[in-house]
Amino acid sequence: MTDGSARDEHRIDFEAFRDPDLARSLIERIDELAGDRELNFMEVCGTHTMSIGRYGFRSVMPLGIHLLSGPGCPVCVTANQDIDRIIALAKLDGLTIATFGDMMRVPGSTSSLAAQKAAGHDVRIVYSPLDAVQLAQQHPELNVVFVGVGFETTTPTIAASILDAEARGLTNFSVMSAHKMTPPALRAIADDPETRIDGFILPGHVSTITGLAPYRFLVDEFGIPGVVTGFEPVDILESILLLTEMAISGRPAIENAYRRGVSSEGNAVARGVVDKVFETCDATWRGLGKLPASGLAIRPEYARFDARRRLDVDVEPTREPRGCRCGDVLRGAIAPTSCPLFGRACTPEHPVGPCMVSSEGSCAAYFRYHE
Amino acid sequence: MATDTTVLLGHGSGGQMMKRLIDEVFLDAFGSPELLAGNDSGVAALAPTGRIAMSTDSFVVTPQFFPGGDIGRLAVCGTVNDVSTSGARVHYLSCGFILEEGYPMDDLLRICRSMADTAAEAGVRIITGDTKVVGRGGADGVYINTAGVGEVPEGVELSGSACRPGDVVLVSGTLGDHGIAVMSQREGLSFSTTIESDAAPLNHLVAAALEAAPHTRCFRDPTRGGLASTLNEFASASKVEIEVDEQNVPVNPQVQAACEMLGYDVLQVANEGKMVAVVPADEADAALAAMRASRYGEHAAIIGRVCELAPDAKPRVHVRTPWGSTRILDMLVGEQLPRIC
Repeated sequence: MTDGSARDEHRIDFEAFRDPDLARSLIERIDELAGDRELNFMEVCGTHTMSIGRYGFRSVMPLGIHLLSGPGCPVCVTANQDIDRIIALAKLDGLTIATFGDMMRVPGSTSSLAAQKAAGHDVRIVYSPLDAVQLAQQHPELNVVFVGVGFETTTPTIAASILDAEARGLTNFSVMSAHKMTPPALRAIADDPETRIDGFILPGHVSTITGLAPYRFLVDEFGIPGVVTGFEPVDILESILLLTEMAISGRPAIENAYRRGVSSEGNAVARGVVDKVFETCDATWRGLGKLPASGLAIRPEYARFDARRRLDVDVEPTREPRGCRCGDVLRGAIAPTSCPLFGRACTPEHPVGPCMVSSEGSCAAYFRYHE
Repeated sequence: MATDTTVLLGHGSGGQMMKRLIDEVFLDAFGSPELLAGNDSGVAALAPTGRIAMSTDSFVVTPQFFPGGDIGRLAVCGTVNDVSTSGARVHYLSCGFILEEGYPMDDLLRICRSMADTAAEAGVRIITGDTKVVGRGGADGVYINTAGVGEVPEGVELSGSACRPGDVVLVSGTLGDHGIAVMSQREGLSFSTTIESDAAPLNHLVAAALEAAPHTRCFRDPTRGGLASTLNEFASASKVEIEVDEQNVPVNPQVQAACEMLGYDVLQVANEGKMVAVVPADEADAALAAMRASRYGEHAAIIGRVCELAPDAKPRVHVRTPWGSTRILDMLVGEQLPRIC
């Protein structure tokens, strides 16, 4: 993630990764190689979900190649009970909820942050948790709770924001952590008898932090290949081509097609910051249920920044939306269009489940970009 | 110079303070003969073509000052452009202010001067106005409503329902600048860019394009909801399919980068100084040349075409990517919200 300012010395010529001729030739090669084989490839990153939709790749894939979206949208995998807790916090007088934008409209059991904002509660959108820290510092009269949702890419900045708040001596900043880690979700899907995955398109951003090692089990234990890749058209097509080759040859491996962003060791400094502030915990995922050691909780040493510990709140009994099959969509068991609510009761305007809310959600991407 | 440094409730009272505000701020900036006449309605001449076009729009943007413009420039451009889309020659504007108690008078003066400058550029006069003051917290600084009137030249019949298969879609310049410029200034979303709002009066550009392409089907300024909303409205009204060639859509690289970072589709981002036109294919080159020769039109481009609707298909817009795939371009749903990573 950059701050948006031009940093010429680090600038990469993206045009090469958007080259239409190269993209066309990759599409042709995938087509020739795949023939009429049935292959299921899953991406597990919200930005990949969105990019594949935006680039229209499903409209040019061979009929047998199915591009599935896995549990890569952080908002979508957040369990209803966590969403209800966040909404309950928003209802407390004197609290300011600072959140990433796509959390706003996610429906909990009976409400959403957007509804709480409309009801007069203080809910604000920030782009970075560090902005929330700044808000707390500039407004000592506020009690700021940052909604911590996200995977390995997001957690280092959130850990850094807690360290920053500590350094500034803030007592009016805390984080409601619902953070999750990608590899346990991959394991759950690889292990799911209802889902057959022939290859994973592995997340680019997440892997800048994790490196490649956490994915090796896919090959060693399940014989499933994986390719880490970026977000440009050529990146994604290259990963599909590599996965097709490996799936056909029967020689699975974890490949890195995003060397300009990801090293095989990942970012040890960022992992160190996360490790300092967070410890692993069991976490409940929408669709996948409770997965051991798949979440991150704030360590007791930083309890004063932990909204779960600091703020006692009554959370309403969780109700799952009737008929919503977000969970099955998230583990690749069904396509969004197979959900009976899709496009009828559940649309981006009136979302029933979270996959229809976030721009990174599978259902929203399908609704937005497909027939 | 205004006597008072901030807006007070008394400025809306109808008494002496209000008169002072009108004299020192509004008349000073807008001073049209119709306003100076001091009547409750502005009376002015209109060419006798038999039809007028009228439009109104309200402006509540925060922050009120942003790179490339301010709420005042926006309030003039928005209504001038809306009236112009019917092919009308716009002459007169009204403006109503809702001011929050405590609003800095200097900022109000700045806004009014900006409105006056923009009106002069567009060749329109503000001929009537109104002011209300609400208590602190009752409004966010300043809200402006403008309405505009123009005459529609004889024979001009523009409508979003007039698009026909084979027609060509043009835009007058780069998309997304305004939305990203404003977004970059919002509290809590600070990221630094040099992107400026494109807020501009386009009545002269529209007149030039219409003269060059007299059978133009319609114009529309793709404000909130961006190009996506405008084209979907055209497709529905005309019962056609519209195809956009993504690689031909002009976008400032910084805007593109900001959209990628925030997870926005630039085709859904707001513009305030752009015009979309649908013209018959044989007039497309002339319309393009006229736009490019106009102020604010140098980056105009042909970006797509109108296609026949397949039997039983719903009107829609699709985008053709440079590598030959397609995707649906739908309207934005709800508010544009930045994503997580």
